[in-house]
Amino acid sequence: MFDAGLFNYWFVVALMMTGLYVVMSRKNLVKKVIGLNLFQVSVIMFYVSMGKIEGGTAPIVVEGAAEDVVYSNPVPHVLMLTAIVVGVATTALALALVVRINEAYGTIEEDELFADGEDDQ
Amino acid sequence: MISQLPALQIVIPLLAAVLCAVLPRGNWAWAVALGASWAMPVVAGLMLQEVLANGPISYAMGGWEPPWGIEYRVDAASGFLLMLISIVGAVVMPYAQASVAAEIEEHNVPWFYTMYLLCLAGLLGIAITGDAFNAFVFLEVSSLSTYAMIAMGKDRRALVAAYQYLIMGTIGATFYVAGVGLLYSITGSLNFVDVAARLAEMETSRATLAAIAFITVGMSLKLALFPLHVWLPNAYAYAPSAATAFLAATATKVAVYLMLRFLFSVFGIGTTFDALPISEIFITLSLAAMFGASIVAIFQQNVKRMLAYSSVAQIGYITLGIGLANKMGMTGGIVHLFNHALMKAALFLVLGGVVYRIGTVKLPDLAGLGRRMPVTMGAFVIAGLSIIGTPGTAGFISKWYLAVGAFEKGWWWLVFLLVTSSLLSVVYIGRVVEIAYFREPSKEVASATETPLSMLVPTLVLVAATVYFGIDTTLTAGIASQAADVLLAGYR
Amino acid sequence: MSPEVLVILAICLPAASVALIWLAGSQPNVREAVTLTTAVAVFGIVLSLLLDVLAGARPEVSVIEVMTGVSLAFSVEPLGMLFGTIASGLWIVNSIYSIGYMRGNDEPRQTLFYMCFAAAIASTLGIAFAENLFTLFVFYEILTLTTYPLVTHKGNEEARSGGRMYLLMLLGTSMVLLLPAILWTWATTGNLSFEPGGILGAAPDPTFISILLLLFVYGFGKAAVMPLHFWLPAAMVAPTPVSALLHAVAVVKAGVFSIVKVVVYVFGIETLASAGTTDWLLWVAGTTVIAASVIALMQDNLKKRLAYSTISQLSYVVLAVAILTPISVVGAAMHIAAHAVSKITLFFAAGSIYTAAHLTEVSQLKGIGRSMPWTMTAFAIGALSMIGVPPTAGFLGKWFMLSGAMETGQWLAVAVIFASTLLNAAYFLPIIYSAFFRTPDESEAASHHGEAPLPIVIALTLTAAGTVALFIFPGVALALSRLLVGG
Repeated sequence: MFDAGLFNYWFVVALMMTGLYVVMSRKNLVKKVIGLNLFQVSVIMFYVSMGKIEGGTAPIVVEGAAEDVVYSNPVPHVLMLTAIVVGVATTALALALVVRINEAYGTIEEDELFADGEDDQ
Repeated sequence: MISQLPALQIVIPLLAAVLCAVLPRGNWAWAVALGASWAMPVVAGLMLQEVLANGPISYAMGGWEPPWGIEYRVDAASGFLLMLISIVGAVVMPYAQASVAAEIEEHNVPWFYTMYLLCLAGLLGIAITGDAFNAFVFLEVSSLSTYAMIAMGKDRRALVAAYQYLIMGTIGATFYVAGVGLLYSITGSLNFVDVAARLAEMETSRATLAAIAFITVGMSLKLALFPLHVWLPNAYAYAPSAATAFLAATATKVAVYLMLRFLFSVFGIGTTFDALPISEIFITLSLAAMFGASIVAIFQQNVKRMLAYSSVAQIGYITLGIGLANKMGMTGGIVHLFNHALMKAALFLVLGGVVYRIGTVKLPDLAGLGRRMPVTMGAFVIAGLSIIGTPGTAGFISKWYLAVGAFEKGWWWLVFLLVTSSLLSVVYIGRVVEIAYFREPSKEVASATETPLSMLVPTLVLVAATVYFGIDTTLTAGIASQAADVLLAGYR
Repeated sequence: MSPEVLVILAICLPAASVALIWLAGSQPNVREAVTLTTAVAVFGIVLSLLLDVLAGARPEVSVIEVMTGVSLAFSVEPLGMLFGTIASGLWIVNSIYSIGYMRGNDEPRQTLFYMCFAAAIASTLGIAFAENLFTLFVFYEILTLTTYPLVTHKGNEEARSGGRMYLLMLLGTSMVLLLPAILWTWATTGNLSFEPGGILGAAPDPTFISILLLLFVYGFGKAAVMPLHFWLPAAMVAPTPVSALLHAVAVVKAGVFSIVKVVVYVFGIETLASAGTTDWLLWVAGTTVIAASVIALMQDNLKKRLAYSTISQLSYVVLAVAILTPISVVGAAMHIAAHAVSKITLFFAAGSIYTAAHLTEVSQLKGIGRSMPWTMTAFAIGALSMIGVPPTAGFLGKWFMLSGAMETGQWLAVAVIFASTLLNAAYFLPIIYSAFFRTPDESEAASHHGEAPLPIVIALTLTAAGTVALFIFPGVALALSRLLVGG
């Protein structure tokens, strides 16, 4: 079960669940966003660790290098560059929304937002 | 030019979106958006014609050949969806001018059109791309712009709705990307066709099953499969009317498409439906949606929210078709994807007109509206009949195929549940009709007049389409059945 | 013009007149002229079709293939021809009557009334001429929807709840029972056409037949077979012309007509008779006939009494079909025609009394025959036809049913027919007696209302005359009914 070579998966799953738990359990809208970030980072970690190959070096082909050089897979890293951008954009939008919610409601606590029962109509 | 059509489908709205963002006037932005969105059906139509005549189109983005580069791939299924999104996007645009001007603050209007076009580009991108990670990017492009559009709603609850949708949507998209990661770690490829070919050569491992699970759950969140639908009612209820109509018709449908792609084309029906109880899960949840959400809809006071719950129920019909996983059932599901988009967009456009005139869509406030706005409410009645599934409307066609699909499996009980659930829609549509036609008008309603022509015409176009596609189904059911063939056959 | 074009025209003309009536809404005279002209034109078209059909032609038109193998198509066969002729013929009379009634009572929203009426007639003709179950279903649902505004015409709470019941019962039965029945037929046979001898093939499974028949009989909720009959009395909140044409002719007849059509052309009489699992239908129909008559006996509201009488008479038709002999099916077809002309007369009379004297209850009608002799004479003729006394049309249908029942020794059916004849007499004769031979109440005597407006009197005289005429000259109706069973 505890294969040392798979520790990255344990780490990713732990991070993922922590993030998900924070999103679900916190009532403060900013803390929820932080949880969401953790959640996204776990997936980024997953990709990045996946691309790393034992003994692999940076995937830059140098002229005259030995034939048997092992390269790490660059594709997951590149993909994650995009995912990080998406994550930043999401966080920015979420925080902007929180600011607007604070202006409109005067609070960012979830249970206070719904306290006036306005949603039942 | 013709060979570049797949790129144009995405590039036009993307560039137009940037242009809208820098324009100072709302009406200028609107004109740009109108031009871009009207170009879309032309592009999609040309491609669909080509696909139906000569088979799938494969386009290498930036000249990088698949499977290394990003492939844009149009076949009967994706072409059908591109057509749907383009048409809805184009029909809503002329409507948006008056509606958006009334509902959104002046300085935000160009931003609304920017978001609208980004969303359009994102949705079209999901439909056209043949690359799993590219689909994620487009998913986030459309989602982020959607959150922003929803937050522009007049009511302050729109902000909370947008925030909730953002949280749920991001979780869904992250689930999806985690699934894609697993898939990549198994196959080392992201191209749909390539992944499918490589998966076919190997044993189904636990990792494959985990990938299926991640992707299915992620997409179920985005498509609002019961019970993952909680973000949808508020988002639809408080978004600006034009945005609601556009999103209700397209956003969930695209998520359905992406899930179909994975379940049927990438993993193949042999892996997903035989190894996992996906059929049972989908049918159970679909039935729960059809009954649960319809019953909740009956008790809503806000008509937009009522229709949003109705959407959750109607998505149940689509996923029911997926659960049936035979040709007739799939055809029913896919054709309902199209038909529901038309009729729900029509209904939300009607409500946009009502908001424009009387400023509210609370059920009691609609009293007597049938006499003040006869054409608008007439449109509501006809589109409502289509939701119910009366013969002669598009809604009936979908239910017919679904029921035949269920009969083919020998599941007659499912046929009865299917028809019984549509009876619930008689109740919620009937409530609106009764109040609008039999109550004495209130003061606001008494002075209301018909919706302005620029908003009325798009509504009527969609209503006419729901009737037309209820009688002549060569286009809808014909292409849907080809799409079902494509999906059921997989890429192999 | 070729018969095919005429078929399309018969359905499209009333549909097109809806728009014309709407355009002419502000000028009542033009509007009514449009209605009447269309009614006469449609009747003319139907009559010319009638000649073709009697000569042996079966005009067929396929409009569009909606789904693979499922078309919107029309074909005129004898039973549909009979139904179409009655419906379009009575539309003329009913339009004349409506003019008198709607103006006499100053009803609101008359334009909507005439529009929905024309739409309802168009869909009735669509039902009559349907070539397959799908087409039948389409027009069946449209008929429900277009008559809903008519039922709720008054717009008060009673009308709304009546309308709600009407819509939910009729849409509910057709969607939950009829649609699965059609789908099941389609899934089993791949065919939805009406074909002589049925489409289920030789010797299908008896249990399957029995369940399918159950779905069809109750799926056609408009036939008001108990226990799915509640909508009909509830629908009596509608203005009388609506009750007269729709709830005596078009809507309810669409129900029993469809049942007859399905039994003859989908199941096939012989297939059903050989399956031998349809006795329950006799019992259900028989019970409905008797029970509805007993309930009718207890109603004091005249329209309610007529409504329950309708429920009872409709099940006569179902009963006749359930006997499953060619001659009883002739009886069923004849009864559709006979009941149509007589029941419309009765409703016309009820509306006439309401318009002239504003009376609605049976107990208020003492001596009214003296001030309204035309109305009450017509009422008497209609009532006698309901009971089945010659020389009225009602006698014919019953005669054929009895012959069929005796021929096959269905004594249950015979007993039901006799018992209900007595019951019919028990709830109609006292009305006639008290109308003509009892002294009016003081308030009634003091009101001096006289007869109803002329259009009303003309209309009810015409239908009463028709009731007698159908007995004396049954030729055409009988010929069509015989063609139906291939005799």
